Amino acid sequence: MSLEKHSADVGVTEDGVDYDELEALLGERVIDRETHLNAEGFVVRPDEVEGTLELLREEAGFDHLSMVTAQDYPDRYESIYHLTKYDDRTQEVSVVVPTDPENPTSESAASVYKTAEWHEREAYDLVGVDYENHPDLRRILLPETWQGHPLSSDYDQDKPQLVTLDEHVNPLAESSKDSESDTMFLNIGPHHPATHGVLHVKAVLDGEQVADVEPDIGYLHRCEEQMAQQGTYRHQIMPYPDRWDYSSAGLLNEWAYARVAEDLNDIEVPEYAQIVRTMGAELCRIAAHMLALGTFCLDIYGDFTAIFMYAMRDREKVQNILEDLTGQRMMFNYFRLGGVVWDLPEPREEFFAKIRDFIDDLPETLEEYHDLITGNEIFQTRTINTGVLEPEVAKQYGCTGPVARGSGVDYDLRRDDPYGYYDELDWDVVTEDGCDNFARLLVRMREVEESAKIISQCVDLLEDWPEDERNIQSNVPRTLKPDPDTEVYRAVEGAKGELGIYIRSDGTDKPGRFKIRSPCFNNLHSLEAMAEGEYVPDLVAALGSLDVILGEVDR
Amino acid sequence: MSNEPRENIHGSTDPQTKTREARTGPGLDNRFNSKLREAFGSSPFILTKFDKFMNWVRGSSMFMLQFGIACCSIEMMHTYAVKHDLDRFGSGVPRASPRQADVMIVPGTIVSKFAPRMKRVYDQMPEPKFVVNMGSCAISGGPFQEGYNVIKGAEEVIPVDIHVPGCPPRPEALVYGVVKLQERIANGESSPVTVKPYELEQFGDLERDELVEKLADDIDEDTLVMRYNWADSP
Repeated sequence: MSLEKHSADVGVTEDGVDYDELEALLGERVIDRETHLNAEGFVVRPDEVEGTLELLREEAGFDHLSMVTAQDYPDRYESIYHLTKYDDRTQEVSVVVPTDPENPTSESAASVYKTAEWHEREAYDLVGVDYENHPDLRRILLPETWQGHPLSSDYDQDKPQLVTLDEHVNPLAESSKDSESDTMFLNIGPHHPATHGVLHVKAVLDGEQVADVEPDIGYLHRCEEQMAQQGTYRHQIMPYPDRWDYSSAGLLNEWAYARVAEDLNDIEVPEYAQIVRTMGAELCRIAAHMLALGTFCLDIYGDFTAIFMYAMRDREKVQNILEDLTGQRMMFNYFRLGGVVWDLPEPREEFFAKIRDFIDDLPETLEEYHDLITGNEIFQTRTINTGVLEPEVAKQYGCTGPVARGSGVDYDLRRDDPYGYYDELDWDVVTEDGCDNFARLLVRMREVEESAKIISQCVDLLEDWPEDERNIQSNVPRTLKPDPDTEVYRAVEGAKGELGIYIRSDGTDKPGRFKIRSPCFNNLHSLEAMAEGEYVPDLVAALGSLDVILGEVDR
Repeated sequence: MSNEPRENIHGSTDPQTKTREARTGPGLDNRFNSKLREAFGSSPFILTKFDKFMNWVRGSSMFMLQFGIACCSIEMMHTYAVKHDLDRFGSGVPRASPRQADVMIVPGTIVSKFAPRMKRVYDQMPEPKFVVNMGSCAISGGPFQEGYNVIKGAEEVIPVDIHVPGCPPRPEALVYGVVKLQERIANGESSPVTVKPYELEQFGDLERDELVEKLADDIDEDTLVMRYNWADSP
């Protein structure tokens, strides 16, 4: 191995990753190699996880732990760490950790990647793998009293369960031994207007300042992964992505499933359909960001004020367009594997005119928002320099999307790992260096402008598309049965960030394992880093600026 | 003594005036006039049953609990917002606290961890209270019905008056559901409570079976618990 090489560049080549070099770097630790469709996987022993991941991060520059997937096979439990780089998304590697079925224990990665903490808790909760040295291995989505691990194969779904309605205890109490502790414990949620759904934030206050905060999630855990594992690839899974991020980001989510399933089954998508997809997805992004903006201001101003109504008005316009396109207001179910379900509505001129009107009005609308929101002194005082998230911290927590870009992390899958029609169009990735609540809001507002740019280019293209070349779907077999044990992890840029799906096929027409990497899950984890030392209203603002959708956090 | 009538305080001895003009006196503006008021003429009284009047009042000013669960709550927000404007129907005052609300719209999937919390919020609302189920999930578990964690409808937990189907229902559908509820309340129709017994139980009161024995060491006897018998739910 050449020592003069820059330390974080091991294995970097012009066109991808040199896996042999990585294997040499890891040396003895690698006991086997697996090929997944997206990347090579190195199989390591359960007691080598920490060392392996640390080497990969420090020496090879894999600083982004996208997701941890756990699953059980007849003969073993397995955890897969999906690694990639913030600087170059196309470089990926997986670390596969098999453990024995009787006593599934493997080493935790939480000391290397902060984000692994939550992912491993989830893996423990749903699949039942035990992670050694994990700082706080508890259930995360299901209630503490739950019996069994629902995504493991020996789970009996008909067993009765008990759920308690406990008062919550002061989590700092044990650290200060006297009974008269200086801190106060405050529950926020799960029913609270500032939590954006059913989130429970356990906050410990020292005076007025937040000493400790722990989001307690799982109040909307709708078993999405189980639902997807029970559906057939061709039609039965597509409706569910709409319901992960339900802030009208439906088409973006559908794309996540479409992309992974198309890669898994080797399906081409006609160019025309790609443009329709791109246009629809960006309309969804606008709708989602409008909601984020409206509810963020709701958090800051504390009432259903004009700004919320303005944002809803503009969402209403986008939803009308999307309704024309897909036939539904929210749960579009518009994508199909290999394309979309139907062509643009007739008369096309009217539809295009409607989009154009919306796009033309948008600069003025955004000007209004800037007058109302970003120009407001009180708003600035409330948001600038509150909820600070440094870029390195954001990377540790695996933050993506507007949250990462608001911290200056230039990471956008539409550009870094191109799919659809994005690389043919002219647009920019928006970043802000503020690292605070204000920056995240600005990123969203500027992204709306970029989306509008993309949409208008798509409209131009679609308008001139020859009538006999409007292929909305390619030929897809009625039943899809990928080869057994094909594994793939693919992600798209959802409204909140990297939305990825891992699928392992078991040779049937349903996925053997379907794991969702939701951006909100990682983003919400970073709340503890943003809120500590802040006041409660700033905690609420920070939560609002993260723009979490609980349906996607809990899945 | 305070319980004895006092001489210096007594009702007006002026003769009853015969007309409204005479009673209100000159110089008052007529902003309080209405066609209905004119029709009543000199005797502005209506006779009705107290219950009927109260039902009309209840149906005409409903305070909604600001309660979002899942996808449906986005459509619920649209129902409150500019285009659909639920407030037009006298039923769109969102209250953040259950203690100030009398209608709960259940907009979304209820899962095992959330059900006891939702029940607690419902219990905190003052009587009389009404529940509108919004969307398939709140009705039956909807697309997630087969999930290991999903309650098969809000009626497993709290009594429900109106079901609005859809996934999610459009704002128009929710408006229709709420107006129907108002109509029923105004007519004094209350829905029979068709729920299974939904009270939270104390852990100590539970029948001792395998599960209870297993958890006995971890859970205090007085702790409130909700027991899900998944095999028996519909």
